[in-house]
Amino acid sequence: MPVAGLHPRAGKRGANMTTILAVLVLLAALAAFVLGRQRAVQLAGSTPSALHSRPAYHGAFGLLVVLLSGWGALILVASISAWHVEQALMDQIARAAPGTEIIERQLILSDARALAAGRVASSTDELRQQVAARYASLVTIWGWVQMGVVLGVTALAFGWSLRRIALDWRARNRTEAIVKAILAVTAAVAVLTTIGIVLSLIFETVSFFGNIGWRVDKFLFGTTWSPLSGISAGRIDPDKVGVVPLFAGTLMVTFIAMAVAVPIGLFAAIYLSDFAGPRARAVAKPMLELLAGIPTVVYGFFAAITVAPLLRDGGGALGLSIASESALVAGLVMGVMIIPFISSLSDDVINAVPQALRDGSYALGATRAETVTKVVLPAALPGIVSAGLLGFSRAVGETMIVVMAAGQGANLTANPLEAVTTVTVQIVMLITGDTEATIAAGPAFSLGFTLFVITLLMNVAAQKLVARYREIYD
Amino acid sequence: MNDMRFVERQVTTTTEIKFAARNVNVFYGDAQAIHDVSVDIEDKTVTAFIGPSGCGKSTFLRCLNRMNDTIPICRVEGDIRLDGEDIYDRRVDPVQLRARVGMVFQKPNPFPKSIYDNVAYGPRIHGLAASKAELDEIVERALRRGALWDEVKDRLDAPGTGLSGGQQQRLCIARAVATEPEVLLMDEPCSALDPIATAQVEELIDELRERYSVVIVTHSMQQAARVSQKTAFFHLGHLVEFGETGQIFTNPEDPRTESYITGRIG
Repeated sequence: MPVAGLHPRAGKRGANMTTILAVLVLLAALAAFVLGRQRAVQLAGSTPSALHSRPAYHGAFGLLVVLLSGWGALILVASISAWHVEQALMDQIARAAPGTEIIERQLILSDARALAAGRVASSTDELRQQVAARYASLVTIWGWVQMGVVLGVTALAFGWSLRRIALDWRARNRTEAIVKAILAVTAAVAVLTTIGIVLSLIFETVSFFGNIGWRVDKFLFGTTWSPLSGISAGRIDPDKVGVVPLFAGTLMVTFIAMAVAVPIGLFAAIYLSDFAGPRARAVAKPMLELLAGIPTVVYGFFAAITVAPLLRDGGGALGLSIASESALVAGLVMGVMIIPFISSLSDDVINAVPQALRDGSYALGATRAETVTKVVLPAALPGIVSAGLLGFSRAVGETMIVVMAAGQGANLTANPLEAVTTVTVQIVMLITGDTEATIAAGPAFSLGFTLFVITLLMNVAAQKLVARYREIYD
Repeated sequence: MNDMRFVERQVTTTTEIKFAARNVNVFYGDAQAIHDVSVDIEDKTVTAFIGPSGCGKSTFLRCLNRMNDTIPICRVEGDIRLDGEDIYDRRVDPVQLRARVGMVFQKPNPFPKSIYDNVAYGPRIHGLAASKAELDEIVERALRRGALWDEVKDRLDAPGTGLSGGQQQRLCIARAVATEPEVLLMDEPCSALDPIATAQVEELIDELRERYSVVIVTHSMQQAARVSQKTAFFHLGHLVEFGETGQIFTNPEDPRTESYITGRIG
């Protein structure tokens, strides 16, 4: 039951308020667009060329200014209020119950919030109700502050943008500058995320290497992988963090996958682009691309439940003993998964080779096969190599199929019929295992970093190779 | 430059017919592009096809080496004979036909390979050279006939796409003559070239006449007048008039030919 004097559902009302304010700002921005454009048209009168910027730019400038300042104020006040409310209530709880742990105080706080919002709390006592009442009143005050600030800022921006409109007001340049800034920010988000991920990989890897006494040689060349075996003693044994079996497994599975995907994908692309009729192409191309839409987890259990027994029985009939989890099964199914990436990309680059080159070849009496192998493929080579690289990266980073079909034990073998493990499988086991994540993260990050470096080197090497052999057409 | 040289030019006509086309109709889907065209193309002669855009002259040219086969919706009816042999007969392989009837396109389309490999492409696929020395010889001869040898002899390994537009077109001509065709079809070979390169190519065409039958599609009536001995005027898919170039340009029989040549239609 809500306590008397409390605003029922105060928290929810706060959230609703934010939404309403955001919509109000949006409406004001749209109004600024319409009014600004109208005003510019009126100013120009019968000579539209008197305006420096076309009316739509005056409108767009108002829209952007109102929207950015209104939403900016909204986000700013919301974050300040959230921080202040939390601080004030934690102080109150600390004063009322000095001996409690942080975690318990947070529980009290979340219960108080639940009470204030009219939801069911884990327990109700006097302290919680006091805090809930304080919470509700703070939220109400902040609600009014937020509304005042946001509406005020919006109105100011609205008035200012309208008042700036004049014949020589360079609204177009300003609008373009704002749009450019927005584009730059979005680009920066992508770049900064990449940098952040790489930095965190490097940081964690360095601290892991510190834990094994900088025996990087043992990490890179050791053949035993069991990093958590000595963890109960509180240290990581450098003799048990050799990644050779993992990378051997990864490379074997990847190699099998590429051996399946590159020929099938490339030949399918050649068929689709240069041999298939329009009708066959219209059917086959979407079907191939549909393969790319199948979730890898489906491929995973397809490999483990359908392909593995099939191979085991088939191998048994031939006198081969194929383990039910093997590099072969994982590689074959992963190859099928990668086919659409290779075929679709190769098809695009093969189609991009100008028809004029094909005509030139046909006109010299070359057959289709000669034209494809001697003119089209060399011209499309860089794109085909990129397609192969993308497939390779997918294969190296693929996780679900190998988790289900390749095996878990770090087993160093050259026999594709035995179970192997891969880098990605080991990362999954480290992170989802029983060991606390902060301890398991070290080896996991180091594996991830090594994988990243290898993929990067592969990319650079392939691009150098392509640059040397490419045939440039235009 | 005197564009009307043909008036004084000695026209040597051999009576040997290379291509004989009778009642040719071409359709793109339901649209008919060529209506009932009959024409004889002589050996060791330059025959020009002129006419306004979309009149079917390029389409007809592409019938002569069956390049229209690469367009799925294109259908050719009628009878086209090369040295008396029906080229649309089911026993004729278009691949072999195209080795005998070379083609040069409107836009230079050198392969993204070296100059040498561009020219050697045809001889290699047809097995014309038994040894590297022989292939070298063929390439040099073709480049000389293409009037390009002196400009590129020191950089045969350089990419063909790095040449200038006019050089690229002459490379394409050299590439076409390297397979020793009997007929050379040229589809507006100078439309992407500047006047100097055009003059070089035209000079080349005149030299090629000694060995080959040349058929050239052109939008430039001066060009047709300069390089050809026979001219065919196409209009709306019909062959309006065909005869001696001098005749067509000075005394056309059909009023449509006259209007086109004097610039009233087209």
